[in-house]
Amino acid sequence: MKLRHTLGVLGAALFATMAISPVASAQAMVKMDGSSTVFPIAEAVAEEFQLSKRGKVRVTVGISGTGGGFKQFCRGETDISNASRPILKEEMEACRKAGVRYTELPVAFDALTVVVNPKNTWVKSLTIADLRKMWEPSAQGRVVRWNQVRPEWPAEPLALFGPGADSGTFDYFTEAVNGKSKASRGDFAASEDDNVIVQGVESNRNALGYFGYAYYVENKERVRAVPIVNQAGKPVAPSIEAVIDGSYEPMSRPLFIYVSEAAAKRPEVRELIEFYLTEGPALAQEVGYVPLPDDAYRLALKHFQDKKLGTVFGGTPEVGVTIDDLLAREGKL
Amino acid sequence: MSDNPAIATFLDPKLVRDGLSRRKVLDQVFVIVGLLVMLVCLAILAVLFIDLVRDGSERFTWDFFTNFASRRAERAGILAAWVGTTLIMIVTAVCAVPVGVAAAIYLEEYAPKNWFTAIIEINVTNLAGVPSIVYGLLALGLFVYQFDLGQSIAAAGLTLALLILPIVIVATREAIRSVPNAIREAAYGLGATRWEVTKDHVLPYSTGGILTGMILGLSRAIGETAPIITIGALSFIAFLPESPFTSEFPFISFGWLNDPFTAMPIQMFNWVSRPDPAFQSNAAAAGAILLGMTLLMNGVAIWIRYRYRKKINW
Repeated sequence: MKLRHTLGVLGAALFATMAISPVASAQAMVKMDGSSTVFPIAEAVAEEFQLSKRGKVRVTVGISGTGGGFKQFCRGETDISNASRPILKEEMEACRKAGVRYTELPVAFDALTVVVNPKNTWVKSLTIADLRKMWEPSAQGRVVRWNQVRPEWPAEPLALFGPGADSGTFDYFTEAVNGKSKASRGDFAASEDDNVIVQGVESNRNALGYFGYAYYVENKERVRAVPIVNQAGKPVAPSIEAVIDGSYEPMSRPLFIYVSEAAAKRPEVRELIEFYLTEGPALAQEVGYVPLPDDAYRLALKHFQDKKLGTVFGGTPEVGVTIDDLLAREGKL
Repeated sequence: MSDNPAIATFLDPKLVRDGLSRRKVLDQVFVIVGLLVMLVCLAILAVLFIDLVRDGSERFTWDFFTNFASRRAERAGILAAWVGTTLIMIVTAVCAVPVGVAAAIYLEEYAPKNWFTAIIEINVTNLAGVPSIVYGLLALGLFVYQFDLGQSIAAAGLTLALLILPIVIVATREAIRSVPNAIREAAYGLGATRWEVTKDHVLPYSTGGILTGMILGLSRAIGETAPIITIGALSFIAFLPESPFTSEFPFISFGWLNDPFTAMPIQMFNWVSRPDPAFQSNAAAAGAILLGMTLLMNGVAIWIRYRYRKKINW
């Protein structure tokens, strides 16, 4: 008897589970997804925005990666897509087919930071040519000692650490150093978790690695950032000032959000974007990113309010674009 | 005494005694080796648990359970994660257990022994070894898009239910098989039908084993990250799913099934990869709590099994 009762309850519950129809939630909800690099900023904005609305608007943030985020975005599943690189040609095509139109808004800078062990006494600065010697695909198995990069450096083994091939950081670094996105030697210790790279460089005197600025800010005692020689021939260490004045190049890159045109018609999305572009600078800095100049946020907000659609990159990755140049360009869908 | 030297040796009391004591020593050695192996396993678990508890000690506050995720490590909590995990486990159990137990009953008590049954059995056993990410991909296509469940608690629960179904089936079959055949034959002898035998004798006697299988399955499901990331669990979510209890008739609501969610392993994963080292203690605390949830589930199962065992009197 008891058993039959239990089975009955389980059966009813099972039926209810299967038969439930998707009901639209009564409460306003904004969905963001995409890059894990942009996630800390998006999370901070979502948290503060919900507090300011006293829970009347719900915001969710996922981390599917820049590419995974665009896949969902172009199917119309998300309202805002976080991206650590501009949208690519195939993704533009997918969005166009699905009729998803969007506004591209820069929200902060990230500075790719090249780090070495604090006990490393020989590296004072690095040129892009040095980095290319270490990281180009043909260096695989061949460049294994520091003195192969510059003869005055010691004949110590060169231990390289970097992010895995799915990361936007990897894409940007390879583009900036080797001239082609994703072109890199394969024999380095790759990890999707940047903390692993920090640990690797910290524990090996001969190590060199790279990751986003936020990870360097939190680990300044454990690793040393190497100044990068810019096009003007001046070695510049990563810092908020150097990124804003444009001297830390080509290693600083803008981060973006893409807002769908359909979602932007909803008041809660519009309010969130306005909040993002006004409160975002302080929040971005708090979580270890470099805010854009104030004018850039004002201009971005104007672009959003004027419904300026499309990307200014035309679907190809670019290195070393200044923020003024970026905001002055005409968008393309 | 026999003339046969082999038998003579065998019967010699001194040799017999020597041989016996040597075998007893071997017996003791095995006991010690077995005990050591078990202690090593327990020690690893204990070290892991103590390490997590120590790293996360400053986070074990009431606020940690009642706060949502935050960019500030000391303000961040696991409310959305533990509620999400609990609800997903409920859906998983409600879906996997009846189906799994019914399948096992069919295979053990009803299915004719032919090639078709053999194929099903081989498949069930093989399914238990399929990597969980494969279930995630299947669920993404089937539940999220085909059935249009979206990135919801229902989709996650069903995914994990699929994942643990083979475990539940295999464990239930073992439990059913351990019921002595004499019980079945006696019942048949008194004119009981097959369903009556199953319902009144086989199932009550195998409940303990079935529950063990169910808990083994759920313990695996609770820590799974890959399949629920695949179907789209979120990383930041600062609201709870709809409450299952309402103030109006019928007082119960299933709206939460369609709500977006996050889960404990995802929250941990997210914290581990944060730049701010303060999040590492959050991750450790969440890990200790997840381990605690698993131990609690196991504890409940052991208690239920003990109660059922007491009722069995053959």
